[in-house]
Amino acid sequence: MKFTLSWLKEHLETDASLEQICERLTAIGLEVEDVDDKAAYKPFVIARVLAAEKHPEADRLKVLTVDAGDGKPVQIVCGAPNARAGLVGALARPGTYVPGIDVTLSVGKIRGVESHGMMCSEKELDISDDHNGIIDLPEDAPVGTSFAAYAGIDDPVIEINLTPNRPDCTSIYGIARDLAAAGLGTLKTMPIPSFKVEGELTTAVKIELDDQRLCPGFALRLVRGVKNGPSPAWMQKRLRAIGLRPISALVDITNYMTFDQGRPMHVFDANKVKGDLVVRRATEGETILALDQREYRLGPANVVISDDNGVESIGGVMGGEHSGCDENTTDVLIESALWDPINIARTGRALGIITDARYRFERGVDPEYMMPGLERTTELVLELCGGTASKATLVGYRGFEAKTIDFPVSEVKRLTGLEISSAESAEILKGLGFGVAGSGERLTVSVPSWRPDVDGKADLVEEVMRVHGVDKIKPAPLEAIGTVNARILTTLQIRTRTARRALAARGMLEAVTWSFISEDQAKLFGGGSAALKLANPIAADMSDMRPSLLPGLLSAAQRNADKGYGDVAIFEVSGTYESDKPEGQRRVAGGVRRGTASIAGAGRMWSNASKGGGKPVDVYDAKADALAVLEACGLPMSNVQFETGAPEWYHPGRSGTIKMGPKVVLGYFGEFHPKTLAALDIAGVYCGFEVFVDAMPEPKKKATRTKPPLDLSPFQAVKRDFAFVVEKSVEAGAVLRAAQGADRKLITGVNVFDVFEGASLGEDKKSIAIEVTIQPSDRTLTDEDFEVLTGKVVASVAKATGGTLRA
Amino acid sequence: MTELTNLQNELLAAVAGAGDEAAIEAVRVAALGKKGSVSELLKTLGAMTPEERQTRGAAINALKAEVTDAIAARKAELKDAAIAARLKAETLDVSLPVRSSPAERGRIHPISQIVDEITAIFADMGFSIAEGPDIETDYYNFTALNFPEGHPAREMHDTFFFNPDEKGERKVLRTHTSPVQVRTMEAQKPPIRIVIPGKTYRQDSDATHSPMFHQVEGLVIDRKAHVGNLRWVLEEFCKAFFEVPSVTMRFRPSFFPFTEPSFEVDIQCDRSGGQVKFGEGNDWMEILGCGMVHPNVLKAGGLDPDEFQGFAWGMGLDRIAMLKYGMPDLRDFFNADVRWMNHYGFRPLDMPTLFGGLSA
Repeated sequence: MKFTLSWLKEHLETDASLEQICERLTAIGLEVEDVDDKAAYKPFVIARVLAAEKHPEADRLKVLTVDAGDGKPVQIVCGAPNARAGLVGALARPGTYVPGIDVTLSVGKIRGVESHGMMCSEKELDISDDHNGIIDLPEDAPVGTSFAAYAGIDDPVIEINLTPNRPDCTSIYGIARDLAAAGLGTLKTMPIPSFKVEGELTTAVKIELDDQRLCPGFALRLVRGVKNGPSPAWMQKRLRAIGLRPISALVDITNYMTFDQGRPMHVFDANKVKGDLVVRRATEGETILALDQREYRLGPANVVISDDNGVESIGGVMGGEHSGCDENTTDVLIESALWDPINIARTGRALGIITDARYRFERGVDPEYMMPGLERTTELVLELCGGTASKATLVGYRGFEAKTIDFPVSEVKRLTGLEISSAESAEILKGLGFGVAGSGERLTVSVPSWRPDVDGKADLVEEVMRVHGVDKIKPAPLEAIGTVNARILTTLQIRTRTARRALAARGMLEAVTWSFISEDQAKLFGGGSAALKLANPIAADMSDMRPSLLPGLLSAAQRNADKGYGDVAIFEVSGTYESDKPEGQRRVAGGVRRGTASIAGAGRMWSNASKGGGKPVDVYDAKADALAVLEACGLPMSNVQFETGAPEWYHPGRSGTIKMGPKVVLGYFGEFHPKTLAALDIAGVYCGFEVFVDAMPEPKKKATRTKPPLDLSPFQAVKRDFAFVVEKSVEAGAVLRAAQGADRKLITGVNVFDVFEGASLGEDKKSIAIEVTIQPSDRTLTDEDFEVLTGKVVASVAKATGGTLRA
Repeated sequence: MTELTNLQNELLAAVAGAGDEAAIEAVRVAALGKKGSVSELLKTLGAMTPEERQTRGAAINALKAEVTDAIAARKAELKDAAIAARLKAETLDVSLPVRSSPAERGRIHPISQIVDEITAIFADMGFSIAEGPDIETDYYNFTALNFPEGHPAREMHDTFFFNPDEKGERKVLRTHTSPVQVRTMEAQKPPIRIVIPGKTYRQDSDATHSPMFHQVEGLVIDRKAHVGNLRWVLEEFCKAFFEVPSVTMRFRPSFFPFTEPSFEVDIQCDRSGGQVKFGEGNDWMEILGCGMVHPNVLKAGGLDPDEFQGFAWGMGLDRIAMLKYGMPDLRDFFNADVRWMNHYGFRPLDMPTLFGGLSA
């Protein structure tokens, strides 16, 4: 919302400076977004041409001697046809920025003659399009004074960022009312329009709507015998200052009313209207050529004003070209109507029309000003265009019933902490136009027709507070909780945080990738359901909620590789989406390693030169990452099982599933299926994992923080090695479990230290060498004891895997 | 006695001449072994008269002591020399590079770091952390937050929609973290002090807008929390977060459907020199929106607005990250460029705490 200072002062009697006004506007919630104090016009002074000689070298140029009142005439070369001795115009001296031509002047030489400035045209000053000659002021214009002040273009322009709840301040009058209430002056009373009314309105108005709210009132008047020339300079100046192009008196008057009073008006050329005006829903497919010269296709959701010719106007949004007023208009129909804010917003959005009328109607136009607005507009039309006004007609209006609010003044202190007396609260509300009844601590407040945003006590608190001064609210400490704070994070939050730190501590970089990915990628990773598809994605490849972190991470890794950073280890701990329900949003820790980015470090290194340097990442790197997450989250690893194989996007022989019990899947890890990589259009060596942080069970509640007593055996622990020959298909995990199970008391650890395949073992065989740690607890073991235990281990492994002790 | 002197000289020479541990052992055996020259002499002591023993016996014992010491000293010498030789042979080029620690290479994304910073600050004020789903119902995202159907305020949020289900309801990607306010009120009785960090989505993209971004929201509900308390909480937060001794804030009346009264808050800053510095300067920078929880929102959360009251605020997490740590472009947050992550990311062991300072 833009306005000029002088326009504001038309409604506000004030001595306040521009700066004070702007400060106060922001302080009461009308945030000043921009102020143009017109300082750019300051250097332009009124000057008189003392002499105008022909340029010696150019027929069309003149050499002027110009006096700016300081007794030191300057020489200026000028090409304007109207340049002559005696002319009084606007002078710009060297160093001045001339807005209309975007040039900062300097002393120049034109065809050999020095020029010390410029006599400007209106176009050069950016005040109109007139470039036929330089500005030609009356003889008595005060030489040496500011041209802008003389011409009235030094009027500062203020732009406020209006919040959508304040329709009343879509008018300069409303802004003046707010400022006056806030103590910055007095609101001027507007004279009641008075004019002679003759004759009847010949056009009837009918509202044919199923829902009265769509058009709660429609007022119309005919003015005959108008002359629609240009509007007067004062009006043009104001409109231009706020960025509106003057068109004709009738159109300018409606625009003026829109900004001055927040009352959008519409004018029809009465001679182009055929039959009665009917307010109705448009029929499907009906079209209108609107005032912006564009054709709009309408439907029953749009309310229109039509006549026998068809649709003449889109109600409250934009008029039609057909019945618009032009220089030939002699009889004009002036419309002042009310429209449903929601429907206006919908219609405007659907048709893509943004107008000053829509802006106001969708926020809510003062219903009680519908008739006064018509009167004021009529008065302006009669004043500027002449003619005679008919009687007005008003249909559909059921009057305005003010909301009343029971307002205990203590609410102000309760919500804001401010101590404001009941009397001051009442004063403030009255200043804003609220009706206040009662006294003491309980007021009955009635809400004015221009404040549809005010509904209840809290709204009144805001009114009192913003006018009293928000800056008067002093910070007050929140009551301390009075104790050392207990744990505040949930297990899931702690695990999320720990998973991040654990993965970063493994040399991985944390990424945050998009929650939405392409449909193809979503389908590739088990997603792509209709419920998780955006109806209005910002881009085609950001259409589906991701079923997995992996596609985003894999693509990101490849983007880095494409930039020359091929060895990357990245992870993310975030949401994936199984359904559109809250519980369908999972918390997943996922990661991807590419190239040689193992935990030890990427790339070639002298220390691994013997192995060719830079081992490519594989399934075991991913497994270690996945386990690191589970361990960091405090999951007891003894409960965890592994299965070969993972979902189809993984390499079937180089991937695993981590489970707890038969049902709970904790995660997947592995290398990727070549088809997955090909479908993602990425190349290189990758491994990755996903751990479902939300699938881990809540840890068991412990009665005490005390750890169980440490039971240290006084007897020496012993290690024994075994090598078993097994079928190639036998998993090492099975051998480990069997060995461990041979004696759960004595055997405290089992580890694989070698896996060997070779012809000597036979085709389809391999050797798995394990180290078993034995910890006696009650006595030193004898040779016989060891023999028995060895026998148990061998028997257990043989039973479970068919393995035999390697010879 | 010359014979003893000769023997001593002979043995000491042998000790001195022994070149390694084996040679010195041979000298020891030859002198002090069972049949060693000195041992043989000691055996003669038994046959001596007491007088002889007094003189010759003492001389023999002195010889033994002298030789024993010499051998021990030489042995130690040789051992040291052997160690020195071994160490010399084992010398390696310590200028060769080693692998950096993975904990030094890894990085935490600025968003995660900032959430930890915020958690540390608000934990100290007795807040806990609440979360909610990204995919929301229209009810929680708008209606429960007092956005009337068709109100222009809904338009201010460029909402991502899902397709309508069979009942004609369409879910949205939450446009703010505020739905968690009502979800929390439904789940928990006051007093409530929560902070809600999370992902939010709007259909918007440029250097300071991204279709996905992060917000952090705060909510306090009890029987007396008012705007003065809100002001205090925000000032304390900004001081702690930006790690400056003081901040100057400006509250401006504003409008949000879910708060009444509502404010936008500016923070005084200095923008000269290309960087933003808080706690000084002449500029104002808008940093957050806040207000007293609207009675309709309290009602939606099942609370009586005449009994309970409170305040809420919300701000852009990415934005305050950019303000504090200087990233120029929001879109880079989601590009996963390793150079960006290395540069703007945080080391995994740099954990923000109040006792150790939020940032190193």
